[in-house]
Amino acid sequence: MSLLRLENVTASYGASQALFGVSLEVAEGEVLALMGRNGMGKSTTVKTICKLLPATAGTIHFADHDLAGVPAHRAARMGIGLVPEGRRCFTNLTVLENLTAAARAGEWDLAKVATLFPRLEERKSQSAASLSGGEQQMLAIGRALMTNPRLLILDEATEGLAPIVRQEIWASIAMLKAQTGMAILLVDKSLRELRQVADRAVVLERGETVWRGAMTDVTTQYLGV
Amino acid sequence: MTTERILNAVVVAGLVLFPIWAWMADEPFMITLATKAAILALAGVGLNLALGIGGLVSFGHAAFFGIGGYAMGILASHAQAYDPIFTQPFVFEGSKSMPVIWLTAILASGLAALGIGALSLRTSGVYFIMITLAFGQMLYFFSISWPAYGGEDGLSIYVRNSFPGLNTLDPIQFYGIVLGVLCAVLFLLARLAKSPFGLALGAARQTPLRVETVGISPYRLQLVAFTLSGMITGLAGALFADLNRFVSPVMFSWQTSGEIMVFVIIGGVARLFGPVVGAILFIILEHLLGGLSDYWHIYLGALLLLIVLFARGGVIGTLTGREAAHD
Repeated sequence: MSLLRLENVTASYGASQALFGVSLEVAEGEVLALMGRNGMGKSTTVKTICKLLPATAGTIHFADHDLAGVPAHRAARMGIGLVPEGRRCFTNLTVLENLTAAARAGEWDLAKVATLFPRLEERKSQSAASLSGGEQQMLAIGRALMTNPRLLILDEATEGLAPIVRQEIWASIAMLKAQTGMAILLVDKSLRELRQVADRAVVLERGETVWRGAMTDVTTQYLGV
Repeated sequence: MTTERILNAVVVAGLVLFPIWAWMADEPFMITLATKAAILALAGVGLNLALGIGGLVSFGHAAFFGIGGYAMGILASHAQAYDPIFTQPFVFEGSKSMPVIWLTAILASGLAALGIGALSLRTSGVYFIMITLAFGQMLYFFSISWPAYGGEDGLSIYVRNSFPGLNTLDPIQFYGIVLGVLCAVLFLLARLAKSPFGLALGAARQTPLRVETVGISPYRLQLVAFTLSGMITGLAGALFADLNRFVSPVMFSWQTSGEIMVFVIIGGVARLFGPVVGAILFIILEHLLGGLSDYWHIYLGALLLLIVLFARGGVIGTLTGREAAHD
């Protein structure tokens, strides 16, 4: 059964239409890769799912609830956790304060986040603004986990990071998949890494779903290589 | 211990020791000045919750200060005249008990802050400033045109209200009550600032949209903060009215809102003890410079200008060598 289902979703920034019919499904415990070149509507799709941008047509269902008219904070409370593009921590707070501010009762707490990212434990009293890019990304993931989501959305989580830090982030995503069975929607362009963790893929072109299938079939069926 | 904590401890020590010295030196006027500073500090502490932590530039906090003052004035004036405020469904003759008056002031100003905040927080930036100012001025003009409680002339109370076990007419004992209230509120606010609520409020000040993605409504967060802020300022208003045994529409005026904001800015926005230091400095300047010239506010303006231009962390930020705690 699908946890998240989008059917023919369209969305616009003012007069400029960005999504022309996005359809996708994420099942419980599944890792879905949302792929596409720059400007194809991946981040806009994420914003629409998180209710940061209203859908102008189509339907979004999460855990059998229609998200029409649901504000962003309520969508997050229903279990949609977002790691936004560009990390975006609360830079006026410390690491510990970032995590505490987002905390909601559930499986994920400070100790469990520290197990996933030991570096955050070491830096807990440090201002989020003083962290490196990789550490900020870990903090952004940790903060999203502290909300105890049923679906974790990672928007370009490894973009602009050093290769060794990217590896750490991918390893933590793989660990999340293996140990928690949490549904994950990954927006990324790293095909090699996506193939290691994602079960299925959806490809967007010009704001529209153009391909859906198993991750293993992306190269043969969509890219044709 | 950080430099700021040491400085805070010095301020608390000063607040305790100065009135003791004044009492021993038989200087009751100095105790009254210290009482006034502590009450104004409490009003600033209230505003600092909204302005400092929440980033809500309210220019109408005099509304809550005035409501607190009039809560005291109305309850005490009816009680001293044995004239019931209402007779249905039961007879209520007002009260001369400070705890009852404080509770009424907190509830009345909290309700007003909830209503004003619910409407004002739908706007932001300069519109928020203007709408809070407008609410404050509405109450100011209402109080002027309310003859039952003195209208423009205000309302005098001939006795100081009572507190169980203490002689409130004794300046040092009344000061003790005020200092106790101030310290209790500062303690609660320090705990609140580090609670998930306070942290989320600080995060919402920076980026409301990002707070939404972790399941928190910035509007509700800010409304709760604004209401709590109004309650604290309302309590300060009740104490201020008790100190002067007089309430007047001036308590609602935009100048009062401005003065409360000045305490916060001078001391340090978002610093726990910022409004306390600001209010103490204000009273010192008023006392020293007021004797030299009727236009002492010019010097206060110059000080404010210097702080805004060169010391954005206020006096506390400058002394502790830290940048502004606010964005």
